[in-house]
Amino acid sequence: MKFKTFAAFVGPSVFMMILFIALPLMSVFMESFKNTYDMREPIEVETCTPGFLTQTCVTEVKNVPKLGEDGKPIKITEWVGFESYRSVLQMDKFWAAIGSGNLGDILQIDFWKALRFTLMFTLLTLPLVIGVGLLIALTVNNAARSVKGPVIFVSLLPFIITPVIGSLSIYWLFVGDGILTSMMERWTGTNISMFAQAWTIELLMYFYRVWHVAPFAFVIFYAGLQSVNMDTLESAVIDGASRLQRLRHVIIPHLMPLIVFIAIIHLMDCYRVFEEIVGFRSQAHVISLQWLTYDFLVPDDAGNRAISRASASAMLTMIGIVLLLIWPLRRTWRDHKGGAH
Amino acid sequence: MLKKLALAGVVSLMGTTVWSACAFENTTEVKSLSAGFEAWKAVTDAMAECGNVQAELDQEFRTKQPAAFEANPALYQIGGVSNGTITPLLNAGTIRPLDDLVAKYGQNLAPNQLIKIDGKIMAVAMMVNTQHLMYREDILSDLGIAVPTTWDEVYAAAEKIKEAGVVEYPLGATMKSGWNLAQEFVNMYPGFGGQLFNDDNTTAVNSEAGIKALETMKAALPFTDPEVLNSDSTTVQQQFQQGKIAMANLWASRGGAMDDAAESKVAGKVKMAAAPIAMDGGAPATTLWWDGIVIATNISDEDADAAFRVAMEGMDEEMVTANNEAAIWLIPGYVPGPLAKGAIDTATANPAPPAYPSTTQMGLLHTALGNEIPAFLTGDRDAAATLTAIEEAYTTSAKEAGVLK
Repeated sequence: MKFKTFAAFVGPSVFMMILFIALPLMSVFMESFKNTYDMREPIEVETCTPGFLTQTCVTEVKNVPKLGEDGKPIKITEWVGFESYRSVLQMDKFWAAIGSGNLGDILQIDFWKALRFTLMFTLLTLPLVIGVGLLIALTVNNAARSVKGPVIFVSLLPFIITPVIGSLSIYWLFVGDGILTSMMERWTGTNISMFAQAWTIELLMYFYRVWHVAPFAFVIFYAGLQSVNMDTLESAVIDGASRLQRLRHVIIPHLMPLIVFIAIIHLMDCYRVFEEIVGFRSQAHVISLQWLTYDFLVPDDAGNRAISRASASAMLTMIGIVLLLIWPLRRTWRDHKGGAH
Repeated sequence: MLKKLALAGVVSLMGTTVWSACAFENTTEVKSLSAGFEAWKAVTDAMAECGNVQAELDQEFRTKQPAAFEANPALYQIGGVSNGTITPLLNAGTIRPLDDLVAKYGQNLAPNQLIKIDGKIMAVAMMVNTQHLMYREDILSDLGIAVPTTWDEVYAAAEKIKEAGVVEYPLGATMKSGWNLAQEFVNMYPGFGGQLFNDDNTTAVNSEAGIKALETMKAALPFTDPEVLNSDSTTVQQQFQQGKIAMANLWASRGGAMDDAAESKVAGKVKMAAAPIAMDGGAPATTLWWDGIVIATNISDEDADAAFRVAMEGMDEEMVTANNEAAIWLIPGYVPGPLAKGAIDTATANPAPPAYPSTTQMGLLHTALGNEIPAFLTGDRDAAATLTAIEEAYTTSAKEAGVLK
């Protein structure tokens, strides 16, 4: 391909990537080293609030932002270096916990608590998604031609549901007086509260995520199964290979690039787990890294937001994803280099 | 069915085209953004009678309002605020002093409706709100329990109700992790005589009163739904309406829903009493709130004029008479019904509970409380460690916000 043609094809997408990915990333990166706040002055303010019949007035000193000439608060921006990272990571407490041998104390720090869950969530659901996806794909592939269409349609349904709605539905099904909980309570005769302790919530989250993402893996694997070399399979049958041996030595090696592809997508997606936390209202028991960033960004009643800590937390999340992706990316890179010659 | 639909269509048309209930015909476009509970619905419906009024009732109003009012021109002329949510608007200077407008159109306002900050009227309140004890009168009288006045009595009553097994859970609580849970602490802590801040803006919650407040909150857990860390005001309201709980310290603004026969199975059985006190001689363990309107700075004076007139129409005697039970109104014409008794007893108690302090520091502390208390209630951390964690979290964010040096 001529360079000019190549540039014309790739140019727009490179431009979009710079505009929508690189530039915002840069600005978040810069934000994480800065801290912006309002310039404040203490003034004595008399505030009157209504009682039921009378009014109570109190005079107190309040720290209110100073308004500039344009009627807007004067902002001060300071370069704080790694201070935001320090307050997110709280390494001093981390090392103190390790030093004293109370490893449980590490999980008292929001970031490490979130990291523990996020990593477990990502790494535990990965094999499940690949396994379940492959299982559905093999089942559908071996199903009679007449039922294939409907079966594919039904298996794809969970993937169509928006994650927030999906997690909310699971929440309402399993909450204290939800339909499924009531049914289970009737069968077992005990009071079941799935959302009262961390482990049941986590279990539901794993279940939900696998249910939601397995169809995606299934579609990819199903497409891959259509290209399995029939000659190899037939010769394997003639050689007396069992179904399991054919799977292990012919089908899985053939699907390996797809497995790596799904792993990459899943790692990226799962490390940003957020919907389950909000949908399941699990903040008291389980939080994720993405939720932590969100929590920093939500303004409180007085309008405060921890933007620089949110930026730091977002950068840390990105670093985490990059670390997780190194292994599968290296593998793809090797495969492609090998295949090019 | 078709007839009903047609009728509904006619009624909704009437709302927009007929101004019989409004004293003047509004020709300027007026938009308002407020919270979404019953009282706001009543007020904005009454405002809409003047025509050209669009009201947005949104529980996310507190995150939307600051940015919407900062725009020029502002996206809304009228904002519905409470003493908890007025701060960011005041701080950014995006709401205007109302003295002129009150002088012009506010003849019907009672003096205690005017929210004065530093001598200037910045908001007009329409109602007061507070948490108070709601209880199932039938259950308490069946079991021969006197209406609890202290938290100890609440737990003693809860114990008896639990033994009797008449409801699923004796107590309801708004302990959803985050804002709601923090609010429970802000209610309980001053009840034990605790100060929230020192003079130098550092927080004073790491104290004896703090320990007591946390322990008292935790003492509720054996009597509540095990999933109480998920439950907000709406959840508790629904549990009450479904007859699943017998008592709760809940917002006065939720009282009307208890007697709404269309959605409540316990209509007429829920009564209100003053918020329980936490210690002898203390104030009821709750905070006082008001809800009211503000007018944006970034709009023309004519628009502000029209917006204020419309707001006054929404907050007039006529509206109150039609919606007497929807809130504890401050507006003339309000006749306190039985549902208001608890809130009035709470507000007029001696000593009286404090008003929710709306400051930048309080916002920061509220966040710290909401994030750190869950670990105590789930048993991951003891009370002292939790208070230390709250103090540290507050200090970090207060330094970032430039409140602490």
